[in-house]
Amino acid sequence: MPKIRSVLTGAHFMNGDVACAEGAIAAGCRFFAGYPITPATEIAEHLSQRMPELGGIYVQMEDEIASMAAIIGASYSGLKAMTATSGPGFSLMQENIGLAVMTEAPCVVVDVMRGGPSTGQPTMPGQQDVMQAKWGSHGDYGIIALTPSSVQEMFDLTVEAFNLSEAYRVPALLMGDEIVAHMWEKVVIPPADKIKIVNRKKPNVPPENYVPFMPDDDLVPPMACFGEGYHFHATGLTHDEHGYPQTSSSEVQSRLVRRLCEKIQRNSDKIVKVEEVMLKDADVVVVAYGIVARAALSAIRRARDKGIKAGLLRLITLWPFPEKNVVRVAEQVKAIVVPEMNCGQLVREVERAARETPVVFLSKLGEEPHTPMEIFEAIRRSS
Amino acid sequence: MVQEMAHPFSKYLRAEVMPHIWCSGCGNGVVLNCFVHALDELQMDLDKLVVVSGIGCIGRTAGYTNTDSFHTTHGRALAFATGVKLANPELEVVVISGDGDLFAIGGNHFIHAARRNVGIKVLCANNLNYGMTGGQQGPTTPLESITTTSPYGSIEHPFNLVHLAAASGATYVARWTALHVRRLTQSIKKMLQKEGFCFVEVLSPCPEIFGRYNKMRSGLEMMAWFKRASVVESFSDPSKAEITAEKIAVGEFVDMEKLSYEKMLHEKISKINEKAMEEVG
Repeated sequence: MPKIRSVLTGAHFMNGDVACAEGAIAAGCRFFAGYPITPATEIAEHLSQRMPELGGIYVQMEDEIASMAAIIGASYSGLKAMTATSGPGFSLMQENIGLAVMTEAPCVVVDVMRGGPSTGQPTMPGQQDVMQAKWGSHGDYGIIALTPSSVQEMFDLTVEAFNLSEAYRVPALLMGDEIVAHMWEKVVIPPADKIKIVNRKKPNVPPENYVPFMPDDDLVPPMACFGEGYHFHATGLTHDEHGYPQTSSSEVQSRLVRRLCEKIQRNSDKIVKVEEVMLKDADVVVVAYGIVARAALSAIRRARDKGIKAGLLRLITLWPFPEKNVVRVAEQVKAIVVPEMNCGQLVREVERAARETPVVFLSKLGEEPHTPMEIFEAIRRSS
Repeated sequence: MVQEMAHPFSKYLRAEVMPHIWCSGCGNGVVLNCFVHALDELQMDLDKLVVVSGIGCIGRTAGYTNTDSFHTTHGRALAFATGVKLANPELEVVVISGDGDLFAIGGNHFIHAARRNVGIKVLCANNLNYGMTGGQQGPTTPLESITTTSPYGSIEHPFNLVHLAAASGATYVARWTALHVRRLTQSIKKMLQKEGFCFVEVLSPCPEIFGRYNKMRSGLEMMAWFKRASVVESFSDPSKAEITAEKIAVGEFVDMEKLSYEKMLHEKISKINEKAMEEVG
């Protein structure tokens, strides 16, 4: 039996960055390119040790622009690939996140959110990149972003991010924060055969019949990789189904860009994940995500103890936005409370979906996330 | 009856995307032609060849070659190619791109790919300006040249690309012009057979844009400059090989053996695995 295992089945005590790295390995990731940045560096450090053990590639690139480009290259060479960064690096990656979207390269980008803008507060948590996750690269596109609330989810959702990126040929973003990344908690890693793994669809036609960007019914085209004899072309330019540039056809532009948006939107029921806690009879619901959702959970329990019918809708998927779930909640409650560690980002989406239902926004910036008492007070005032 | 003859190199090119976008008198066709000749003479396995380009006139080359090919964002061809090569070292990865793409916006990626000695083969068409966007000054524009953004003459010192490549660690460095088709083809063949990071620069005429502003209105006039000024100085000091109106030093400047990044990496991987097996006993 080889001593080195790819899936570390068992119970562990580890931090969120390490859990994320192990999740990537368990998902089949064998290529990591990155650039050191607080508070995501431990992901790179851990993978620089683990990847060579497994015959995988760890490469430290010259910057985050290069890291993002390299994982697209590795993805097109057939490996599952990931990079990890924080706000400043995430900004630099936006250019090639657009390239991955346009060329439909499956890959995972981890953004361990810290305080911004600019260099901001490297060692403090934040949730200030959630709109950048959706809109950061120029042009229109659909994207998938998940947000972990625990170290266990840093593992689980990294696996899920790989599965979704492979299924929909789109970059999947894991939007962690400094607290879930640096916190140590118990993580249970299941046996390898109990971990669901999704791999990209491969073409089932000979090379001469392969049309690289011809989608199936799910709007996702099967993907050949370099070196498999398909001789295909891919470009960041607007392209037809053959992959060839069509830079002055409005028809091709419309067909391609609408498909890139719709392949996510139309499949959103399959993609979206939320956690619903005591929603059934709730009068006031907290919509929260990431580390803040942990304080929110505590707050709704306290509210229930005080006889207030409070519930929690925890968003695990940020993008595509869990619109239907918020609409359902908005139809039944008196008010929605949205605590975020920013000046008001995802709350705008909640307000849009909530329509007439009042939405109370709780903003927090800096060292401390919301306390359960702060969220409880907002619930009490709204009930 | 006139019989239609297949182009002898049709298997290397994508007929469906022709005609190409290049102006008459442009040297990019020569660069592509020499590349294809090199592939043919070496009988390269086209299934294992990946051509990567950045943005610019020559950047369209990836789309024209009938191999696996990828057209990246501006400047990122080498970073993308690094991912391709490391993920599958069996692939022959060639980056064909321009001076602006590789040395201005992509300059950082160039020096680091060369420093790491990743086995990527770089063929750079240097047309001394940004052709695709209409002729702005770039990192290779000679001093005092007129461009659409240096209307009073450029006051920026240009990069000497062979010196930069040699200093950054490339294992093979050569410079030719679009006039030197046979020697250029030989250099491309040589780099395709070498290990590690290799760099071939080709001075490529841009008469429609660069030439128009600098008293070389036709491709022939630009070629005449290359002919007049080129001096073969193989293995001379690349730091002294600046391109001037009077002299263009051409030839091979570096040809050495150095273990590539991917070989070193895979040696490490085998050692780690051996050690792990020993520990298990």
